[in-house]
Amino acid sequence: MRKFLLHFTVILVGAVFLGRLSYLQLFDDSFEELSTNNAVKAVYDYPERGYIYDRNGKLLVANQPAYDVMVTPREVQTLDTLEFCQLLNIDKKEFIRRYRKAYTYSPWRPSVFIAQLAKEEYASLQEKMHKYQGFFIQKRSLRSYRTHSAGNVLGYISEVNDYEVQKNPYYQAGELIGRQGIEKSYEEVLRGVKGVKRLQKDRFNRIIGPYKNGIYDTLPQQGRDIYISLDIELQEYGELLMNNKRGGIVAVEPSSGELLALISAPTYDPSQLVGRQRSKNYAKLHRDTINRPLFDRGLQAQYPPGSPFKTLNALVALQEGVVTPDERITCYHGHYYAKGRWMGCHCPSGTKNNMDKAVYQSCNTYFSNVYRRVVEKYESPKEGIQNWNRHIESFGLGNFLGNDLPIGTRGTVPDSSYYKRMYPRGGWRAVTTISNAIGQGEILASPIQLANMTATIANRGYYYTPHIIRDIKGQSIDEKFTTKRQTTISADHFGPVIEGMFNVVEKKGGTARIAKIPGIEVCGKTGTAENFAIIDSVRTQLTDHSIFVAFAPKENPKIAIAVFIENGYWGSRWAAPIASLMIEKYLTQEVKRDVLEERMMLGSLQDEYDKPLSGEPFEINQ
Amino acid sequence: MSRTTGNFLWKLDWLTILFYALLVCMGWLNIYSASLNENANSLLDLTQPYGKQLFFIGCGLVLIMLLLSIEAKFYERFASIIYLASLAALLGLFIFGKTINGATSWYGIGSMTLQPSEFAKAATALALAKYLSDMQFNIKNLKHQLSAFLIIALPAILIVPQPDPGSALVYGSFFFVLHREGLSGIYLILAFISISLFIVTLLFGPIYVSIGIAFLVLLFFFWKRKTKKKKRLSFLPFLGAITVMVAFSFSVNFVFNNVFEQRHRDRFNIVLGKSVDTKGIGYNTNQSQIAIGSGGFTGKGWLEGTQTKGGFVPEQHTDYIFSTVGEEFGFLGAGGVVIVFTLLILRLLTLAERQKSQFSRVFGYSVASILFFHFVINIGMVIGILPTIGIPLPFISYGGSSLWGFTILLFIFLKLDANRLNEWR
Repeated sequence: MRKFLLHFTVILVGAVFLGRLSYLQLFDDSFEELSTNNAVKAVYDYPERGYIYDRNGKLLVANQPAYDVMVTPREVQTLDTLEFCQLLNIDKKEFIRRYRKAYTYSPWRPSVFIAQLAKEEYASLQEKMHKYQGFFIQKRSLRSYRTHSAGNVLGYISEVNDYEVQKNPYYQAGELIGRQGIEKSYEEVLRGVKGVKRLQKDRFNRIIGPYKNGIYDTLPQQGRDIYISLDIELQEYGELLMNNKRGGIVAVEPSSGELLALISAPTYDPSQLVGRQRSKNYAKLHRDTINRPLFDRGLQAQYPPGSPFKTLNALVALQEGVVTPDERITCYHGHYYAKGRWMGCHCPSGTKNNMDKAVYQSCNTYFSNVYRRVVEKYESPKEGIQNWNRHIESFGLGNFLGNDLPIGTRGTVPDSSYYKRMYPRGGWRAVTTISNAIGQGEILASPIQLANMTATIANRGYYYTPHIIRDIKGQSIDEKFTTKRQTTISADHFGPVIEGMFNVVEKKGGTARIAKIPGIEVCGKTGTAENFAIIDSVRTQLTDHSIFVAFAPKENPKIAIAVFIENGYWGSRWAAPIASLMIEKYLTQEVKRDVLEERMMLGSLQDEYDKPLSGEPFEINQ
Repeated sequence: MSRTTGNFLWKLDWLTILFYALLVCMGWLNIYSASLNENANSLLDLTQPYGKQLFFIGCGLVLIMLLLSIEAKFYERFASIIYLASLAALLGLFIFGKTINGATSWYGIGSMTLQPSEFAKAATALALAKYLSDMQFNIKNLKHQLSAFLIIALPAILIVPQPDPGSALVYGSFFFVLHREGLSGIYLILAFISISLFIVTLLFGPIYVSIGIAFLVLLFFFWKRKTKKKKRLSFLPFLGAITVMVAFSFSVNFVFNNVFEQRHRDRFNIVLGKSVDTKGIGYNTNQSQIAIGSGGFTGKGWLEGTQTKGGFVPEQHTDYIFSTVGEEFGFLGAGGVVIVFTLLILRLLTLAERQKSQFSRVFGYSVASILFFHFVINIGMVIGILPTIGIPLPFISYGGSSLWGFTILLFIFLKLDANRLNEWR
């Protein structure tokens, strides 16, 4: 026993030490991180963010330098606070508050004292900076906007949040990330790749040299400039036309799918979301729940498409062979589509419409009839609807288009399972879904989907996925934007429909003769969509939305456009003239119809928008 | 004197020498890493710790040859004189001593310094071995016990006021030796109970501890009465035991709160987990644990330790050298050092047990006990399971006096061991 007490103790201690070492070195991971945190410092070299140009090479977004006043509290010496505060435009109380905040963050590490000084403030401060030990100026790069328009398309950048830092290891707290629009979709192209230098620190947090001789260091990669497909002049013009109105305008180049204008009204100036004022302004925009300026009505809003949708039903009917362009269907100022079910129409009783006339006069009776034939061609309404749905969805409706903007909506194109959910006990037939014939009822589409639909008609049966990117320097754009997407309708069926759309604008009795532009053959289709809102928990009908889709010229079309004006009443009241002015602006660069232009720019629907908010009963469609 | 040198070398215990060499090399590599800086040039730069340590190791080799060439009998004969000389050296510090970091523990010789307390351990071991191996010595005799205690205590008493309580504490290791030589186990049991009471009192306060003591002793009393089947078992001794332990617990509390200085209290509180402090007093321990923990299984590689390079662990090349081992060589290196130490001490114990002369056995046991004490306290401190007590890790920590002191201990014993069969010729 005596002989072995010490042996035993020695072995015990050895075992305890090994146990403790294995705990420290093998099982507890926290030390590794602690070690990196206190011994290695990563210094980043940020490349300049790429510029953004419009389709004509006009610079839209560049960078501007901004200057942060930084402070390292431990290094601060006694200073002339009064003078310093004057230079920075703050009072002494503010100075103390900010200093305390910095001190709480860390006495040894620099933190931002005042963020993003203006260039003028910086100039006067810089000369005297040497007098203030512990304070220094750090240059940062901010976005600088050369346009007051297209805030919804361009997006903005701001500091990453905790979630993004966790999700994407590239980002460190305090770095910038694209938040909306182009800045978000092309974040990786625009930002480039930051370079990193890893430095070894000592216990005083001083840099003592590169970490592992710089084998982990990388060089920054420049951000790339991009050209977007917007015509900024058209965009700015459209925003002017949308003054005091709510709604969206989307213009597409049919031959490429490039978005020429993407307007949402009301909107905001992109430079509001830059620099020191960003969060204040953002909150203001975000809290405006009445105008909702951050809601992109071109991309996110979904409306019943109304009459423009009739053109698709005509095409489907031709493709399915249930009607010929010359067949006439008689309208009795409406018709009974089922026993005791009347659908009204504005045609005088006894009007015989062929397809062309039905389109330009927008006859409900005609399209109800052909829609029924399409669906009832099959034995079961289920098959009929599925087949109809297949045709409609081939135009890019009812789903995300797959465009390169970070927001959007699917819209709705009902299929059989949709009606199965709606009528669980069955019994639905073609006539149950008759509203589909005239673009009302269950169908919902966003302005960009309608613009794409119009472009598809203009192209006679195919489209390119609408996209905002035109060119990336030193890189080609995504292949899916240059792939032709064919619809289920063969090209030769488009003639009669296009002719009808042309007559909408040209012919006496057409619904939108106001959209006629001298010297340009415009094809269009008006729409008037009923819509409802919940006011004090009562479903209340509001004034109809004014809708117009158009493309021009008729041969070799250059622009397809969809215009939605919320509560603008009938299609040719607001939407058609605005669409027509946009087309004229784009195709001829100058608008000659001054009177119409002025009326549209000055026209306001504010009264209409105030009605539901007034809390009093109101009349619609006045 | 007919032995040839080759014959003699063959008798040396090369396994011990191998362990020694491993530890010294490991030590130098880590000192090099911990003290390397940008104005370093040659390995023999005598202004840098690693350069000096290389010089110390070189001198150590000369020292080893000297120690091995001296006749074994010399150590036994001159033990008392060596002991007295070392006492004199310790005394002399009060007059000629040089103060470094607040402790007057060194003699300055040119640019070099010598720390006599590192050598006094060997001298005390020799003196104790000599006294215990005296024919007339009887360990059961209280007077002899006291004399033995005195031999151990004298240098410790001289070292405490330097102040260097850590080094003085090392002399406690001789109790292992006394126990091996037949000192009643009661001392060790008492020591064990005192230390346990000390710790639980600090953790739970004297009142709970008193209740616990009373409960346990009563339990023991009833168990004893049942098993012994004695009709009458006096309760008096048990009551006495309770009283003494309760008094001890309260006095610990008193001493801790009123006699100890705040820094001592802090050190205990941190190890006992009663206070968390990573910036002030707990900085060392925390940083050394970060360094060791970040080493992982294989370590960051020699000269690649970020904590070591950043100099986050104070005193890293001296008392905290083990944190460099842990960071740069990982679990493999640190565990390896622990295993080599354990094997070395076990090997020394085995060698001690095989000695024919009591002098050699006592001395060998002393060497093993002293190494063990340093090993426990130093590594225990660095990995955060013992309070901060600044004593070096043998063979590995930077420092000439410490390296030479341990080298002397080890090689005198190896010489004695090699000579063990000659005793009877």
